[in-house]
Amino acid sequence: MTDLSHIRNFSIVAHIDHGKSTLADRLIQETGTVKDRDMKEQLLDSMDIERERGITIKANTVRIEYDADDGEHYVLNLIDTPGHVDFAYEVSRSMRAVEGSLLVVDSTQGVEAQTLANVYQAIEADHEIVPVLNKIDLPASDCDRVAEQIEDVIGIDATDAIRVSAKTGEGIHEVLEAIVTQLPPPKGDRGAPLKAMLVDSWYDSYLGVVVLVRIMDGVLKKGDRIRMMSTGATHQVDRIGVFRPQMESVDELGPGEIGFITASIKQVRDTRVGDTITHERKPCAEPLPGFKPAQPVVFCGLFPVDSAEFEDLRTAIEKLALNDASFSYEMETSAALGFGFRCGFLGLLHLEVIRDRIEREYDIELITTAPSVIYHIYMKDGSMFELHNPADMPDPSRIDRIEEPRIKATILVPDEYLGDVLKLCQDRRGIQLDLTYAGNRAMVVYDLPLNEVVFDFYDRLKSVTKGYASFDYQLTGYRADNLVKMQILVNEEPVDALSVMVHRDRAETRGRAMVEKLKELIPRHMFKIPIQAAIGGKVIARETLSALRKDVTAKCYGGDATRKRKLLEKQKAGKKKMRQFGKVDIPQEAFISALKMDT
Amino acid sequence: MAEDWTEGGFGLYIHWPYCAAKCPYCDFNSHVARQIDQAAWTRAYLAEIDRVAGELPGRVLNSIYFGGGTPSLMHPDTVAAVIDAARGRWTFANDIEITLEANPGSVEAGRFAGYRDAGVNRVSMGIQALNDADLRRLGRIHTVAEARAAYDVARTRFDRVSFDLIYARQNQSLANWRAELTEGLAMAADHLSLYQLTIEPGTAFGDRYKRGKLKGLPADELAADMYDLTQELCEARGLPAYEVSNHAVPGMESQHNLIYWRYGDYAGIGPGAHGRVTIREQRFATETQLSPTDWLQAVARGSGESLRTPLTGPEQAEEYLMMGLRITEGIDLRRYAALAGDPLSAEAIAELESLGMIATDGTRLAPTRQGRTVLNAVLAKLLAG
Ligand SMILES: Nc1nc2c(ncn2[C@@H]2O[C@H](COP(=O)(O)OP(=O)(O)OP(=O)(O)O)[C@@H](O)[C@H]2O)c(=O)[nH]1
Ligand SMILES: C[S@@+](CC[C@H](N)C(=O)[O-])C[C@H]1O[C@@H](n2cnc3c(N)ncnc32)[C@H](O)[C@@H]1O
Ligand code: SF4
Ligand SMILES: [Mg+2]
Repeated sequence: MTDLSHIRNFSIVAHIDHGKSTLADRLIQETGTVKDRDMKEQLLDSMDIERERGITIKANTVRIEYDADDGEHYVLNLIDTPGHVDFAYEVSRSMRAVEGSLLVVDSTQGVEAQTLANVYQAIEADHEIVPVLNKIDLPASDCDRVAEQIEDVIGIDATDAIRVSAKTGEGIHEVLEAIVTQLPPPKGDRGAPLKAMLVDSWYDSYLGVVVLVRIMDGVLKKGDRIRMMSTGATHQVDRIGVFRPQMESVDELGPGEIGFITASIKQVRDTRVGDTITHERKPCAEPLPGFKPAQPVVFCGLFPVDSAEFEDLRTAIEKLALNDASFSYEMETSAALGFGFRCGFLGLLHLEVIRDRIEREYDIELITTAPSVIYHIYMKDGSMFELHNPADMPDPSRIDRIEEPRIKATILVPDEYLGDVLKLCQDRRGIQLDLTYAGNRAMVVYDLPLNEVVFDFYDRLKSVTKGYASFDYQLTGYRADNLVKMQILVNEEPVDALSVMVHRDRAETRGRAMVEKLKELIPRHMFKIPIQAAIGGKVIARETLSALRKDVTAKCYGGDATRKRKLLEKQKAGKKKMRQFGKVDIPQEAFISALKMDT
Repeated sequence: MAEDWTEGGFGLYIHWPYCAAKCPYCDFNSHVARQIDQAAWTRAYLAEIDRVAGELPGRVLNSIYFGGGTPSLMHPDTVAAVIDAARGRWTFANDIEITLEANPGSVEAGRFAGYRDAGVNRVSMGIQALNDADLRRLGRIHTVAEARAAYDVARTRFDRVSFDLIYARQNQSLANWRAELTEGLAMAADHLSLYQLTIEPGTAFGDRYKRGKLKGLPADELAADMYDLTQELCEARGLPAYEVSNHAVPGMESQHNLIYWRYGDYAGIGPGAHGRVTIREQRFATETQLSPTDWLQAVARGSGESLRTPLTGPEQAEEYLMMGLRITEGIDLRRYAALAGDPLSAEAIAELESLGMIATDGTRLAPTRQGRTVLNAVLAKLLAG
């Protein structure tokens, strides 16, 4: 047990790639938690997908011990968090488990959208914030300018911001000293009934469900019988420990400490993040306030390319969902694509990560349909239902109104690209809420329909600003608008998987863009194929894919038979990647590519 | 029941891998060599004929084809030795066709009498174009005048002479091709091969194309128009297509190539030659060593063959279909079903028929002219079921 005054708990937060995980590496190394020979870059990013993409997806906790300049021995619990907006939820719940934050800002880049978003969250969580200017080893580093920016834009004092290079280790000692001197110790009462926060939980193939806890009051020991206050479920603790960063058993966890337990819990779904854990016998009186669960906001259909793999897909999705409560799924059938699943995600990156994992870890090729959001459909009879899939749209004559989710988007962008950003937001039906300047960077705040953002907004933003803009958003609520379902007809037949919800005023433009794209994406057939966009039976855009006129090998003699047969077999395999609609083969990538807009 | 190959006959293909110069569009197994040891090649061919005949005893031979490369670089004695050896091991059909591919240069023309005396009764000449600028662009070393002269000599030496033209060339217009083909048809005897230029990967043209340096090739639409025009002009002249790129006065088709398209058996001898041979009721695909020197060495060690793959019934059916639909007579549906184990999808047939791509009388399935121009799509449809 460590005395409360010798514990410090903090999260490391920053915009994407500003160096959180690398800073965590140095703190782990400087304190001797991991031997030099066992170190590797971004040690805590242990998932394959994290290492491959060089980003953090899952927050990670490590306990390190530090002998400070004051001669005292401290226990520090650090939580490295992800920077990408899709995983903002990981940041917010991590912050609830600690008392302070290291706010890392890349001194070559300055304040970005997620820097701001994280600061606001830290302030809301009553954190002490220690600003850290990173990457001072780089020639483009400009600490004075960035410190000024922090004061201007964020409004926190940055005169004592610590200047470090997480790469070379310069300034790391100062960071450790600031942690013990500037961050407050946790509070808690060892004698009180057990009150612990369930911070996170995940499935481990050896140990079953592992639960990350922060003890507020009381003491938790191996063998204790515990109760989850929200569900009333009881369990016996069979393992208790801390991360260093590998699991290490301890006898007990006391107030202010962060660690893990296992308790023969079968499914991650049996645990509720934010729940309060107490003793079965001597419970605490009041649970902790808890957190709002993470809600999926982006939906799309996932179908196996080879329909025989549907059951494999089910298994893969169930397994992934075991470990990711923010990912939802339900079965879906499509006339076009057969059996699959309608899945919900926190955002597009989350979608991509899950899709990648299914394809790679389970070796199932997928067709992904156009991402969509949840619409609220108010019927004339007064009822309301949530529409997750445009294919399920009821007859418009029975609908009173349709509401769509809106977001507040914050974009930071160098001055010279501001015009392009404003145009992009305007094109996407945005309403400007704010526009301020910090040096040569503008900060614009827009109210935007989520629908216009989920698909390719971020790509477009990156391309019009050459990668210099950063973007963050929060859901704000629902609002009615003139929304319609647009269908795509290929060879006179509607293709349900290509139906989209669009604003009436944008329907012609979107429809034209989609049919033009499809004309490029669908290979020519032996007959001509009309491709149309329609709203309720009225065609609003049309293209015709002309018939194939020539596709034959000029010479084919005895020596060509083998080559030609292999070619045909390759063609056949290629055809598997297509879906048949009536007489037309549509390549799978068309389902996503058709929706990409160039403006 | 007779073995399947008997429906197509039996032929012998002899590959000669040398040329005087390498053409930039050509992906055939052809090489330029300073010196060729004709005696060594003769010995090797004879050894291979012995080996192959040992496995295919008692057959009647319908055709021999000397292809290349440039077989008109072979010494007439070499050709004679090969023909004699084949005659010694198999029974020649009464109407056996013995073809030799010839390049239309003056040197070649001088050997024509020798080839005829050796037993060759048909030549196929690679004239390729009827204007000198295009011949140069195709990397050919002969002129139109030389080609015409060589052709005239051939006509006096052989009953059957065919020639090849390559069209859909760079910067060729429909009108150019009409004029050129009209000239070609005026020259033609009873057989003509008309190939649209194919850009093959791994050739000089292929590389240039990849780098975007091969300009002026016709787009699909123009190429399709050229093909249609070719059909019209040839039909009007009494030389209808009997295959995608081959035209003949009815009855004068190349018997050898028909063996391929009718999916008969053929033994392939020489470097890189392919074969389809039925040995004890199993059909095999065979290949030989590709490089001329490797092949010579392999033959000296006992066999030039480098690969022998048994073909399953469905694989044979697929090959039969893709070869058979190239010819206007088409395929026999029962023969296909017997090889495949299953008949072709009636639905696919009906759909293709309604699109005007194929015609069927219930026993045979034949491509229409339109079907021939998009044969790859037709095959894909039929094979997908
Ligand atoms: N030159 C230099 N590069 C650094 C420094 N710190 C981090 N980097 C590099 O910056 C990139 C991003 O570092 P990470 O530590 O993965 O950043 P992160 O903030 O954890 O990123 P996310 O978890 O994806 O939000 C990596 O390529 C690091 O090597 C530094 O001090 N100097
Ligand atoms: C085996 S080749 C060579 C015959 C002979 N060596 C000659 O070139 O005259 C047979 C024919 O195929 C045709 N050919 C070769 N390569 C071609 C290509 N890339 N595209 C179209 N036709 C081609 C030519 O017409 C050639 O005459
Ligand atoms: S086209 Fe004929 S001459 Fe030219 S390289 Fe090929 S085989 Fe030899
Ligand atoms: Mg990270």
